[in-house]
Amino acid sequence: MTTQEAVLHPPAVISELVKNNVTHVVWLPDSETNFMYQLLTAEPSLDLVPVCREGETMAIAAGLWVGGKKPVVLIQNTGIFESGDSIRGLGLDINQPLVMLIGYRGWSRHGVTTDSAARFIEHILHAWGINYYLIETDEDAGRISIALEEAERTQKPVAVLVGTEFGA
Amino acid sequence: MIKNEDAVKIIDSKRNGSLIVPTMNANNVSFGLPTVTSAQDFDLPLSGAMSKASSLGLGLALAQPDRKVFVLDGDGSLLMNLGALVTLANKAPKNLYHFLFNNGVYAVTGGQPIPGAGQSDWEGMAKAAGYAAVFSFEDLEDLTTGIDQVLAAEGPVFIHLAVEPQVENTPVQYRPRPSRSVQQAFRELPLTLGVK
Repeated sequence: MTTQEAVLHPPAVISELVKNNVTHVVWLPDSETNFMYQLLTAEPSLDLVPVCREGETMAIAAGLWVGGKKPVVLIQNTGIFESGDSIRGLGLDINQPLVMLIGYRGWSRHGVTTDSAARFIEHILHAWGINYYLIETDEDAGRISIALEEAERTQKPVAVLVGTEFGA
Repeated sequence: MIKNEDAVKIIDSKRNGSLIVPTMNANNVSFGLPTVTSAQDFDLPLSGAMSKASSLGLGLALAQPDRKVFVLDGDGSLLMNLGALVTLANKAPKNLYHFLFNNGVYAVTGGQPIPGAGQSDWEGMAKAAGYAAVFSFEDLEDLTTGIDQVLAAEGPVFIHLAVEPQVENTPVQYRPRPSRSVQQAFRELPLTLGVK
C-alpha cells in the first residue's frame, strides 16, 4: 500500500501571488526552488528580479514598493542571515509591507534538526518582531494571502517559511 | 578633484524631475544633496541599510520607468555591494544613472582608506558588469561641460567622480540631523508620485 505524500507545487504559490496582484519577485535561487523558477519566468504578470546576494533583495523591493509596485522577496533562510542590516534599515525602519518567502533549509517535523540555518531562523524572526507562517503543502498556500494582507494592514514585513521542497 | 558640494550642485541642477537616491557623503547634511536640493520631495535618501543605495535605486527605476533615477553612491558603499553592478546591468533600466563619489576613504568614520584606494578600476568594473555607458570626471570643469552628454545617454549609465575626501570624526549621535528623515521620505514619495 502506498500513501500520497502531500507536496507544495509551484502553481499553488504563483496562483497566490497573481491573485494578490504581486508585480515583482526579487529572488536568489536556492536548492529547493528550481521548479519555481521555471514557472515564474513563464508567468507574464510577474517580473523576476534576480540578485547576486540576498541583502540586495530587501533594497530592490523597497525601491519597487515606494515607486508604486507590489514586490515579494523569495530567498533561502541562509540569505535572511546575510540580509540582516537591510531588513533592519529598510523593511523594519521604513515600515514596509513586505512579504518574504523564505526557503526553510533544514526544516523537519521528524527527529532532531541539526542544520543551524533551520535552528536559528525562527529565533531571528522573533528577535526582529517579524510574524511568520509555515507552508508545506498546496493546502497551506492560502497563508501567502494571509501574509500579504497582514503586511499591508500592519505596514510591516511578514515572513512565509517554505518548509518543503517544491514538487514537480 | 571635485568638491562634494560642487558635484551634488551640478547633479541637482540637471535633475529636471528626476528622482535622486543619495547616500553617505552625497547625503551629508553639511555638504551633500540636502544642502542644495531643489526638489526635496523627489529625494529618497538612504542612511540605514548601508551600501544598498544602488539596489534601492534599481527598484525605484524599475517601478518608475518614465522618470530618470540618479543614484549618488559612495566608493566604500559600493564595495560592500559590488554584486549590485551585475544585478543592475542584468535588469538594465534605461532610466538609471549611477554616480560614484570616489573619495578613496571611509569618510564618515574618520577617513581610513578603503581597500584598493587608488588602484581599483571602477569604470572597468562597471563596463565589465554590462553598464550601457560609462563616464569618468576628474575635475569640475569637465563635469560641468560633460553632464549633458551623460544624461543624454541611455542607461544604465555609470559615472565615476573623483571627489575630495571630506572626513567626519564626530560620533554619529552628535552629528546634525537631517531636516527630513529617511522614514519621512519613504512615507511621502509615493504621495508625490501619485502611486498611493
